[in-house]
Amino acid sequence: MIHILRKLSRDLPAMLGLGIVLFVLVLAILGPLLAPYPEDAAASHLTRRLRPPSAAYPFGTDNLGRDIFSRVILGARGALSIALTVVSTAMLIGVPLGLIAGYRGGWVSEGIMRVTDVVLAIPQLVLALALAQLMSPSLESAMLALSLTYWPFFTRIVYAETRRLSASLFVDALRGIGAGTSRIVFLHILPNALSPVIVRATIGLGFTILVAAVLGFLGMGATPPAPDWGLAIAESRTYLPRAWWYATFPGLAILITVMGFNLLGDGLRDIVDPRIRRSR
Amino acid sequence: MLRFVLRRCILVLPSLFGLLLVTFLLIRVVPSDPAMALAGDAATPEQIERLRQQYGLDRPIWEQFAVYVGKVATLDLGESAFSRRPVAVDIAQRLPATLALTFCALAISVFVGVPLGVIAGLTHNAWPDYLLRVFSVLGIAVAAFWFAIMLQLLFSMELGWLPLRGELSPTMQRPPRVTGFMVVDALIAGRFDVFTDALRHLVLPAVTLSLGGLATIVRFTRAGVLDTLQQDFVFYERAMGYRRRRLVWIYVLRNSVTATVTQIGLLFGGLIAGGVVVEAIFDWPGIGSYTVQAILTGDRQVMLAVTLLVGTVYAVVNILIDLVHGLLDPRLMERA
Amino acid sequence: MMPVLSVRGLKVSIRTDEGMAEILDDVGLELERGRILGVVGESGCGKSTLIRAIMGILPRGATIDRGEVWFEGENLLAFSEAELNDQVRSSRIGFIPQDPLLALNPVFKVGTQMLEVMRWHAPDAKDPTGPRGGARRKAHVARLVGLLRRMQVPDPETALERYPHQFSGGQRQRLLIAAALACAPGLVIADEPTTALDVTTQHQILLLLRELVAEFGISLMFVTHDFGVVAELCDDLCVIYAGQTVEKGPVQAILEAPSHPYTRALLACHPDRATTFLGIPGSVPSPLARPPGCLFAPRCTDARTLCLAGRPPQGLAPSGAEVRCVQFA
Repeated sequence: MIHILRKLSRDLPAMLGLGIVLFVLVLAILGPLLAPYPEDAAASHLTRRLRPPSAAYPFGTDNLGRDIFSRVILGARGALSIALTVVSTAMLIGVPLGLIAGYRGGWVSEGIMRVTDVVLAIPQLVLALALAQLMSPSLESAMLALSLTYWPFFTRIVYAETRRLSASLFVDALRGIGAGTSRIVFLHILPNALSPVIVRATIGLGFTILVAAVLGFLGMGATPPAPDWGLAIAESRTYLPRAWWYATFPGLAILITVMGFNLLGDGLRDIVDPRIRRSR
Repeated sequence: MLRFVLRRCILVLPSLFGLLLVTFLLIRVVPSDPAMALAGDAATPEQIERLRQQYGLDRPIWEQFAVYVGKVATLDLGESAFSRRPVAVDIAQRLPATLALTFCALAISVFVGVPLGVIAGLTHNAWPDYLLRVFSVLGIAVAAFWFAIMLQLLFSMELGWLPLRGELSPTMQRPPRVTGFMVVDALIAGRFDVFTDALRHLVLPAVTLSLGGLATIVRFTRAGVLDTLQQDFVFYERAMGYRRRRLVWIYVLRNSVTATVTQIGLLFGGLIAGGVVVEAIFDWPGIGSYTVQAILTGDRQVMLAVTLLVGTVYAVVNILIDLVHGLLDPRLMERA
Repeated sequence: MMPVLSVRGLKVSIRTDEGMAEILDDVGLELERGRILGVVGESGCGKSTLIRAIMGILPRGATIDRGEVWFEGENLLAFSEAELNDQVRSSRIGFIPQDPLLALNPVFKVGTQMLEVMRWHAPDAKDPTGPRGGARRKAHVARLVGLLRRMQVPDPETALERYPHQFSGGQRQRLLIAAALACAPGLVIADEPTTALDVTTQHQILLLLRELVAEFGISLMFVTHDFGVVAELCDDLCVIYAGQTVEKGPVQAILEAPSHPYTRALLACHPDRATTFLGIPGSVPSPLARPPGCLFAPRCTDARTLCLAGRPPQGLAPSGAEVRCVQFA
């Protein structure tokens, strides 16, 4: 762990990513304390609609007179909690499936990997949209839909790692001394397969924030008056080109957050496996 | 060569079957009463009953699946609840616009991304490389819908250089439909004003759509070039006095793009998904805006068909990618 | 007579994360026209850097601190990259690489790769009066086919249309020898060309090279770590240790009476002179921290206090070889 941190500290882009991620995390936890107008999560002030950026409102105000700066800060919590929920649910589904498919072999493995391939073959956004619609649009179904489309990535990784590890000498040795299957899988294979999973999860967090923003933009995710970044961009379209700030700042928030997770994920991947620069 | 292609086609069949199964389960099993779901909220019990019989929902599940497969095979994809026309007809109508957009975006990604990736690889850890790395991370992290709006804001609303939305100005008269591709049809009709107008309409959506792929291609080409430059044959070729430009752009590049070509296959998924958003923002009359419309109106037959279409396209594209791989690297073709 | 190739006092260092590494410290050698010079040393002694320095293709971060490389009366170190590419590589110095599989570009036909070189460097490439375009290419193909036949590559006509992986290791090495001779250079540098091959094939290739030197009127610099190969093939010998020439002279004289303790140790390591040497106790000093005295002193059985005082000068041994050891100073 310390070894990884030390290596990471030498990688400037990765440190930038880590800094951004920590910053967004602080915003998510302390958002209401940091935002100048925390009540603007829901309140509206029709007397100060669509003001351009100024000292009082650094990012301007929106169509209901709410401070966009405050709403961008408050939006961090929603974005992060969606991403964390989705990625951890996807891991809960994908990792066990990958372990089973990798360790068991035979038709079980074949079946799991076929389903994985099929789900991967459909663009995540299209599948998530279809699922969210089938389950009636709401934030919860959007999150569930995203989880149901993201797990195959974890299954793939864990499957490959399990395959590699269960063919390795040390697992043979464990079998030789009579270790049980669950013991081998959970105590020996899983910890070894964990680092690529963490790398994928880091990148996945950024990616999920992006897709969740698209869902919010299309009206399939967060609902007004939630301070959602994607939703804000959707609402802003009516007021263009007059209120350029309305669309610009929530979009920048998405850009910087996702970039942070990507930079961190890339850096982690280089440390975990410097060989696979070319892998996805 | 033919064997190689056939083999790939056969390998794809289980995936296509799985796709049919998944879509079937989605539409028949996930909703508790599919007939009710198909009919919509306002339907009367009689209508629901009629639908149940019409779609064979009272039959055993495996029989329903067989009927479903048969229908899909004959391109009978049902009727859109919104347009009241066969879904297959709607799709055929809208496919050219999407293909044109996707093709342009892909062309931008490849013809800009590959050279930039090579430059980044050659200038490893010098400033062009740093710049391009930052750019590629930005390109992946940016939300396409936001970028599209920013482009509209700058180039259409502020500067007025390019049109805001649609595939043709409202003042232009559509050329007669021959191929369905606006740009081609305009040329066939000899209408150069329509041709340039259509091209101008393509610019912003295509640039937006190309961005994610462009960034990915830069990344993977760079990694491929760095990898190839380490190879012994590059030293040998230099020692033999290969011309520098030809060495880089012919002999190194062809070895470096294998990973990039794989990525282009994977990108297709992103291009289609990105197309959904980009088409919605630019009012582009293709499959993407059709999908958004279907989602917003709850048009399940259309959503199902689009999912099937996308999955199939993805499979076909990956066969093509394998073929390109085989052409790029003779060793692969022999192994198969 | 002036040597074809003469390297004098060459010093090359490379910037690394841990500081400057002195890869070559003081290398000198002479290759006379029509002869075969063996350059021998353990791996890591700087053999490949020497080749790279002569060819002008040093890795990034490497600098030539001192020394001269004279080739046919010209100092190659004064040449620009473009001049080297235009006037020297292939056309005047041919190169035979170590591993014939890794050295050929895997995704291009063998003929494409060899004709690419000839297109720019064949003797007629810059001749405005000779045939041009397709006719010139045809002449090149004909010359290549003739060369491949001479190298005993089976089906020389169709060989050009095949890919590198479709040949065996020995055949690939023959292809590369043909490529090195294709533009009729005066000097050929071979970098351990037989290491990747089995013993029988190795022997055949050495015989072939021996014949070609006389037949094509070339001079050959043959880099290897294998004394057996040197004994079989070479006329002259240059032994390199830790980036320094420690002994050079006629092969026969040195093999009969090796003078430098390092040469003696190397030869003692393999009495039948047919196998690779097993090694000498101790290890080569790190290029990052070279000791002040004789570089071999830490491993030398005859080391005295004088050896640690400073770098020993070159001296003449009774065998006629030039030796870098205090015993002959």
